[in-house]
Amino acid sequence: MGLTSKEVQHIANLARLEVSDEQIDDYVEKLTQILDLVDALKKVDTTDLLPLAHPLQMSQRLLADKPTEKNQRDLFQRNAENVEQGLYSVPRVIE
Amino acid sequence: MERLTVARLSAGLRNGEFSSEELTRESLARIEAANPRLNAFITVTGEEALVAARAADQKLARGNAGPLTGIPLAHKDIFCTAGTLTTCGSRMLANFVSPYDATVVSKLADAGIVLVGKTNMDEFAMGSSNETSYFGPVRNPWDLERSPGGSSGGSAAAVAAGLVPAATGTDTGGSIRQPAAFTGITGFKPTYGRVSRYGMVAFASSLDQAGTLTITAEDAALLMEAMAGFDTRDSTSADQAVPAYGSMLDEPLAGKTIGVPREFFDDGLDSGCEQAIRDALDVFSDLGVKIIELTLPHLALSVPAYYIIAPAECSSNLSRYDGIRFGYRHPDACDIDELYTRTRQEGFGAEVKRRIMTGTYVLSAGYYDAYYLQAQKVRRLISDELKRCFEQVDIVAGPTTPTPAFGLGEKTDDPVQMYLNDIYTIAVNLAGTPGVSIPCGFSGKLPVGLQLIGPHFGEATLLNFAHRYQQQTDWHTRTPPPVFTKEASQ
Repeated sequence: MGLTSKEVQHIANLARLEVSDEQIDDYVEKLTQILDLVDALKKVDTTDLLPLAHPLQMSQRLLADKPTEKNQRDLFQRNAENVEQGLYSVPRVIE
Repeated sequence: MERLTVARLSAGLRNGEFSSEELTRESLARIEAANPRLNAFITVTGEEALVAARAADQKLARGNAGPLTGIPLAHKDIFCTAGTLTTCGSRMLANFVSPYDATVVSKLADAGIVLVGKTNMDEFAMGSSNETSYFGPVRNPWDLERSPGGSSGGSAAAVAAGLVPAATGTDTGGSIRQPAAFTGITGFKPTYGRVSRYGMVAFASSLDQAGTLTITAEDAALLMEAMAGFDTRDSTSADQAVPAYGSMLDEPLAGKTIGVPREFFDDGLDSGCEQAIRDALDVFSDLGVKIIELTLPHLALSVPAYYIIAPAECSSNLSRYDGIRFGYRHPDACDIDELYTRTRQEGFGAEVKRRIMTGTYVLSAGYYDAYYLQAQKVRRLISDELKRCFEQVDIVAGPTTPTPAFGLGEKTDDPVQMYLNDIYTIAVNLAGTPGVSIPCGFSGKLPVGLQLIGPHFGEATLLNFAHRYQQQTDWHTRTPPPVFTKEASQ
């Protein structure tokens, strides 16, 4: 089963990746090869099988609604390039 | 070339044969001499290491040292280390200085290890050859034109070459066990949930697990005692007591059973590897272990199932890299969309982008059921088959890899060829069971790894089997040609 360039462009948009025209063909080829590999799963009879999302039989552990961490915003923001008055600065969001 | 184990170094430190400062200086000198060729380290923390070594020497002098006090160690560059770069082998995090320590890092620091540096790895742990790193490939000390395996290639090469006696790694589809097999050392992956993932940069959250690269199973046991345990900060952490692995190594194996799945011995298995594995099984027979043949009929589905599940989880985990709060940021973007897409296009390498794309596709509307849900059902099928083996046997055994180390550049153009390397290791991650690779011989001049697989929380049994094998054989003591000269390290 082959992917089209249009489908590759759509996936790239969903993943917020920029794929140039030069790169599209390579993506189509490589992704098609990978999807051919995983197509083997389609033939497996999985009726009555429950999906396995987690290897251990565990349910989500809950915590009491009490704060345990302290505010360390300045420490964490040291890794950001554009910070103004404790806010992350980004280019224009809305037209 | 002297390559001493953690156990041997620990004894030497405690009886005053040498100091932690001396060991640390030796480790740093070897790294400096070897790294230009091996490229095993991304960051070397020389100054901090000497400070930690002196503190360790004081503890040793006072008599309140533990078994790991003063031992030089390297962390795979996927573990957050406060105040030091954590790059994950990626341009996306090439400037990232973590504000906190991973639980694995703080536990081992509390146990007294001396951190000498952060090791090179496939980008975001995606790869089986350590060729996808932004910082260049790592070379195999046994043959510098070959891959050391991946994604924990830097950790494996560093231990194999005697630069450090031990290093941490992570294993999502085989990334500890396969490099251990390619470099002739012991690579241990515990049960999913046994070691905390807090501060371990996420690739595929239901598969990732931290473990060890060491010369011996005994050393793996020493490190595991310090690393394992419940952590409230990891919601997938198992609330189970940590046994004293080190004291359970010597139990005799007579009367125990090993199961060998026939699917492990298919046409794809190199004949040199096969011979070494069969010889290893004979060693276990001589120790009184009964070897029986088993079947894992759906083993071949593990690669396709993994290459749907892991990319799907990775596409979700890597959506946090957007240039805003940390990491690489594309300069001069006109609007937010351009910032996101250019940052991610430029920050990530080709394999990572392929996996994000694959994962996004299989999770997208219209494809989720056919791919992701189906893969999760097949995951249950494969896990159940592997777990059922332990109703009949104590341990499952077979080769770790279909071939010994391949050449650098040999498989980089063909992602599917690269993926097929993981055929024997992946089922273990899908099931969440523990596994170890130990050296068991050579195929030509290249090391071969024997893989032992245990039931959930069967780490003690695995380490016991591995240790007893290492007491009967000397494959784990074989060293590659020195990558540095003694003169250079003086």
